[in-house]
Amino acid sequence: MSDHAQTAADDLTLAQPSYLEDGVTLRSWLLSTDHKRIAILYMVSITVFFFLGGAAAALIRYNLIIPQGALASAELYNRLFSMHGVLMVWFFLVPAVPVTIGNFILPLMLGARDLAFPRLNLLSWYLFVAAGIAVVAALFAGGIDTGWTFYEPLSSDYAQGHVVLAVTGVFIAGFSSIATGLNFIVTIHRLRAPGLTWYRLPIFVWSLYSTSVIMVLATPVLAITLVLLAFETIFHVGVFDPRLGGDPLLFQHMFWFYSHPAVYIMILPGLGVVSEIIPVFARKTLFGYKFVAWASVAIAVIGFFVWGHHMFVSGQSAYASVLFSMLSFLVAVPSAIKVFNWLGTLHKGHIRFDAPMLYALGFIGLFTMGGLTGLFLAALAADIQLHDTYFVIAHFHYIMVGGMVSAYFGALHYWWPKISGRMYPEMIARAAALLMFVGFNLTFFPQFLLGYLGMPRRYHSYPPEFQLLNVLSSAGASILAVAYLMPLAYLTWSLLRGSRAPANPWHALGLEWQTPSPPAACNFVVTPVVTGPPYAYPTSEARPFDA
Amino acid sequence: MPDAIAPHVDFQYSDVRHQADTAIAGMWLFLATEMLFFGGLILAWLFCRHWQQAGFDAGSRETLIAFGTINLVVLLTASLTFAAGLAWIRLGRTRRLVQCCWLTAALGMLFLMLKSIEWYTDIAGRLFPAGAFKLTGAEADGARLFWSFYFVSTGLHAAHMIAGVGLLCWLALRARQGSFSAQWHTPVEVVGLYWSFVDVVWIMLYPLIYLIGRGA
Repeated sequence: MSDHAQTAADDLTLAQPSYLEDGVTLRSWLLSTDHKRIAILYMVSITVFFFLGGAAAALIRYNLIIPQGALASAELYNRLFSMHGVLMVWFFLVPAVPVTIGNFILPLMLGARDLAFPRLNLLSWYLFVAAGIAVVAALFAGGIDTGWTFYEPLSSDYAQGHVVLAVTGVFIAGFSSIATGLNFIVTIHRLRAPGLTWYRLPIFVWSLYSTSVIMVLATPVLAITLVLLAFETIFHVGVFDPRLGGDPLLFQHMFWFYSHPAVYIMILPGLGVVSEIIPVFARKTLFGYKFVAWASVAIAVIGFFVWGHHMFVSGQSAYASVLFSMLSFLVAVPSAIKVFNWLGTLHKGHIRFDAPMLYALGFIGLFTMGGLTGLFLAALAADIQLHDTYFVIAHFHYIMVGGMVSAYFGALHYWWPKISGRMYPEMIARAAALLMFVGFNLTFFPQFLLGYLGMPRRYHSYPPEFQLLNVLSSAGASILAVAYLMPLAYLTWSLLRGSRAPANPWHALGLEWQTPSPPAACNFVVTPVVTGPPYAYPTSEARPFDA
Repeated sequence: MPDAIAPHVDFQYSDVRHQADTAIAGMWLFLATEMLFFGGLILAWLFCRHWQQAGFDAGSRETLIAFGTINLVVLLTASLTFAAGLAWIRLGRTRRLVQCCWLTAALGMLFLMLKSIEWYTDIAGRLFPAGAFKLTGAEADGARLFWSFYFVSTGLHAAHMIAGVGLLCWLALRARQGSFSAQWHTPVEVVGLYWSFVDVVWIMLYPLIYLIGRGA
């Protein structure tokens, strides 16, 4: 596009009202089919669930300060960790980045005016809210004590809570996630701007695509599993219950066929976010673009064939275990490719430590640590020792919280100027990022040691010799809580008092930065034409900050 | 021509062809999720049958094969009538499309009616897996499990049928208002894909329910 045409297009775009000004009534938000508004609706919803799940985590850590358990009963403790798991997995981690940042940014990155199916997008939010209400109702009506995994027959024959209601909620949430995944896949195939070939797509789009494939193909299996579970619980017939002629291992296979790929639903968008942030703040083109892009796809594909590693001690065939173990090691390869490529990108870059970059760098460290400890667990012999101990808890929290939550906050800060049209306060944001890193490590590193020493997960009390490490972990959790509350406060503040954001505060390439902040309701008045690769740093417009 | 078809194009699409192809792609992808949904069910079914074959086969022999077979014919015919409707609208014959939609919906209702009678007979024959059960002895557990799968799968299939009949009625009403033409009839194609899928599910379930056990 020539400069003259560009200016004319800019004038046209500036004349459009931003998506925030396009209607102020509640109705204009709740019935909006604008992907940007739906992203905001989602953002508010998952923030509520995040803090509810976080409150449960705080009580868990409070209980574990003293060996005999600070809370009154083991039953209450069981219900707390179940609530924490269910809310965090299905109502925060699975949707977090795709439905908020992805929903907002994906069409902008593609040069599209909306997702392919805007009404389906709105429907997915309503399904999500309905699901959330069902689950929260179940949790507050007395809760469930099965953990987030709903293992049979604990969840049917021995259930002491509102399992069917909670499972209904998760079932509905699954359809919300299928709707989102379907919408993303079709959008990425069909609504790319002219010239935006697959190898010109930002890595975030590749990772959302991979995530969506898992959502669309794995979630239905969870849905049918939960249908069978509910049928069994309501009518007391045995599909999974061994006393009634069913097979509990069948449940575990079907559950993990979804839930292991779901781990990659949770982490892949984070990998995409980091791949976006690092080139911008290192002022360098992404090292090995094609490898990073295909690594996302490889993780998604291999991720479908590793579920058995959750069942090494379940009595499944030893041959199956060997196979699942090897495949689990294999999934480390594309993950490592990503880490090395980020390091390659950072090498000799002009690095700037803004808050998004701090989160991204924190992500690399914590993700690497979580990934490497995953290799311990993929090893059959080590897993027999470490299975169901705090080592597992520490491992997946390094990926899920250290990795994914860091990536979510990184993405939130990076795109906040675009989303809100306001700048967040930089120094306090950097402080929060550092505090989060410190608090996180203090919370979860001791848990590796606890697990190695043999402390099992999901117990209300523990032998006194584990107290020191547990107290350290709980102390870390309190720091983490503060670090999570800080962005809630200052980002809210910035909505009202933050300085106005320019269209492209980071001097980043990418179509989303060519729109004003906040973008117009229709995104692009004139459909942009893409003529080059996504990370062509440094350029004349996007040169090193300090050059 | 572009002016005449413009009302059907949402603002994120470049033209009507773009929008139509996208809608059809979306439906194919939705059917992929449905395949995994029913696929998971059928896999669990076959897995359980593998371990308790005698019980499953004993349960299967209690099924009412006449109902199942008539329903198979009804559904296949319904796919034929709908495919005819699609062929008519491609030629611009709206009235024929309306007739085909109503006929297909009626066949769908017939299926559901027969299915309800079958369920009623099953339950009256104490074949619902919960509570008192018709079969006793060594094969009772497996047979109960068979009937669990029977009720879950036919129930889910019926739910899909009800949604399908609803969509057919909606299509018929829209077609009668003249919403579709030879140039633009994407909803007809999309619903057609869904309707055929529901048909295919029954083609899978029919042998699982009525035939395998009898053959063994």
